[in-house]
Amino acid sequence: MQLAIFWIFSVLMLLFAGLVVVMRNPVASALSLVMCFICLAGLYFTLDAFFIGIIQILVYAGAVMVLFLFIIMLLNLKEEVARRLKLSAFFGGGLVLCGFVYAMVKAVINLPEVWQTAPKLETGGISDVARIGFKLFETYNMPLQIVGVILLVATIGVVFLSSRQLR
Amino acid sequence: MGKWWGVMLEEYLPALVHVVVGIGFAVVALLTNFLLGRAGARSKAKDTPYECGMLPAIEEQPRFSVKFYLVAMLFILFDIEVVFMYPWAVVFREYLEREGVLIFWSMMGFIGILLVAFLYALRKGAMEWSR
Repeated sequence: MQLAIFWIFSVLMLLFAGLVVVMRNPVASALSLVMCFICLAGLYFTLDAFFIGIIQILVYAGAVMVLFLFIIMLLNLKEEVARRLKLSAFFGGGLVLCGFVYAMVKAVINLPEVWQTAPKLETGGISDVARIGFKLFETYNMPLQIVGVILLVATIGVVFLSSRQLR
Repeated sequence: MGKWWGVMLEEYLPALVHVVVGIGFAVVALLTNFLLGRAGARSKAKDTPYECGMLPAIEEQPRFSVKFYLVAMLFILFDIEVVFMYPWAVVFREYLEREGVLIFWSMMGFIGILLVAFLYALRKGAMEWSR
């Protein structure tokens, strides 16, 4: 079951990663990247890493993607025009790619760690989110407040920089 | 392992139903449009946004206002706030029983600091769109 979910999410992730490159409209590319991130979050969930999965969706698919879309808007990127494929460039690129993949596979296959499965993480029935929560509020109360102050400073900076005529 | 996954799947069933309904709605809406829209004959003129009047003279993508930047950055900042509230909400009840009310005041302090940021943005008119 876990293996099936792993394959579903992996294939979907690679599919959307390919679409990021293939799509001619930059906004469509960005949205494909969102789907890629969400599938990656699904992979994290199957590995019991719930916190990092949620962060992946909240921060990457949410916040970072907003920045990407903002850059697309700011630079006024338009749909790419279709280019003619040059046969010599195509085969040259393919040759380089094959050499690269060959070198990578050869290097990775010889590592003994690749063929081992890491032992399952000992969670003791507590989810990683609860672990992080307890650690955060038992040990790191003060740093949390400092993070709040940093966010406050960032908010003031954003508001100040982006509006010239303030009240 | 098998039992554990059974429990997991039962918990995720509502999420799965949610996703399936979402995809189903999109597919039905697109399919209905496609099927009903075939009634009339298509032509190049009919596929343009405006069938009559002047040809649109400006570029197809207008420049975006800098106000979007403000909204995007404010979204990111308060998104980070939510990231910290997520483990807080998960452990809140258990922590309260074990360790006391510190967790409540810790988060109140954090939210209080960010409330100052929110009020600052509000006072400076960052949320007013038509300015």
